[in-house]
Amino acid sequence: MVATSNNPETTQLFELLSSVVDPEIPVLTLQDLGVLRDISVVDGEVKVTITPTYAGYPAMEVMRADIESTLATAGYEHVTVEQKLSPAWSTDWMSENGREKLRAYGIAPPVKTDCGQSTGQIACPQCNSTGVKLISEFGSTACKALYQCQDCREPFDYFKCI
Amino acid sequence: MEFQQKSLLNYCIALGDDSLTLGHRLSEWCRNGPFLEEDLALTNVSLDFIGRARLFYSYAAEVEGQGRSEDDLAYLRDCREYRNFLINELPIGDFAFTMARQLMVDAYDMVFFAGLAQSKDPMLAAIAAKAIKESRYHLRRSEDWIKRLGDGTEESHERVQNAFNQLWGYAAEMFEMADDEQQLVDAGIAVNRSELKPDWTSTVHSVLKEATLDIPADDWAIGGGREGEHTEHLGFLLAELQFLQRTYPGQQW
Repeated sequence: MVATSNNPETTQLFELLSSVVDPEIPVLTLQDLGVLRDISVVDGEVKVTITPTYAGYPAMEVMRADIESTLATAGYEHVTVEQKLSPAWSTDWMSENGREKLRAYGIAPPVKTDCGQSTGQIACPQCNSTGVKLISEFGSTACKALYQCQDCREPFDYFKCI
Repeated sequence: MEFQQKSLLNYCIALGDDSLTLGHRLSEWCRNGPFLEEDLALTNVSLDFIGRARLFYSYAAEVEGQGRSEDDLAYLRDCREYRNFLINELPIGDFAFTMARQLMVDAYDMVFFAGLAQSKDPMLAAIAAKAIKESRYHLRRSEDWIKRLGDGTEESHERVQNAFNQLWGYAAEMFEMADDEQQLVDAGIAVNRSELKPDWTSTVHSVLKEATLDIPADDWAIGGGREGEHTEHLGFLLAELQFLQRTYPGQQW
């Protein structure tokens, strides 16, 4: 569920904002994450709609500021960034491209549509083994859990399914 | 302000207060956790609760429409104006106490937010739908810890059993409706909390049994949080939480 557009003007804005990344995981753009929900232009005013990953995600303000400054640099003066809670963000919205980028970065991407206890499909981003062990439900940030690969012994972050 | 709007305002503030007081307590574990991963986990859970508090307070401020902000609600109200359940304001105690409280609260949040996600108020429903995803992780973690501690060493078993004995009577008020809450339930906005106890009991009892812990007797109960009557601990909590805004009014981050 990556937000896209058929309107030439908003398509251009989506492209422009493809340079804005999650400050905590800088390989992912807001679009990869599924955080960028919508862009509309009414009477020259740009309205960007984003949704928080977690209710207390501290980097939302940074994302907001990055969106505003990116658009300001491109000459858009009237910009509002609106936060929308519903529907609640899901890791299922993360793009395939985003999942690959995460894996290459050393973070196991979220398992799709399986938010239960199963850890069977989580694969080590280093050696791709599925023999992994949960170390802690919370890793370096709220969105990640800490795992260790039982084969190559590498500890790694798993981007939790939510 | 009409009665229903006033009730909705009180409701949002109470939910914000529950989240903020517990979020603050959990943040006290920052750099005091038993080991690094646990330190990170406790503070990440804390952040989820503080995030919820912000959402509820922002909405409360909007409902009130008097120009107060989320920060005004958090920093500029005194003890008697706070409406949180007492269980959330109790000091962190030892790790067993913190996790025992967490199990009781997480199990409650799962049933409460499942109900609130059906609210006819779109903002409350949206916040609840967001919160329940986080609570699912919280509950998984607190369940694991209670089983590890209860079915662990003699000392961990004793400590976590003592924690539940000390906390048990604080559960009662989670299922007692406040005076103006029924009207919101009738309007399809609020959750009828008096109906949540069987599901909560079933979750908590099954975890305690698996953890080889005794289920404490229901022979005492304490409440009053929703009426602004608190334990002596809330004042100290707010003294730390509100210090900066009280000392430097209007200071910006």
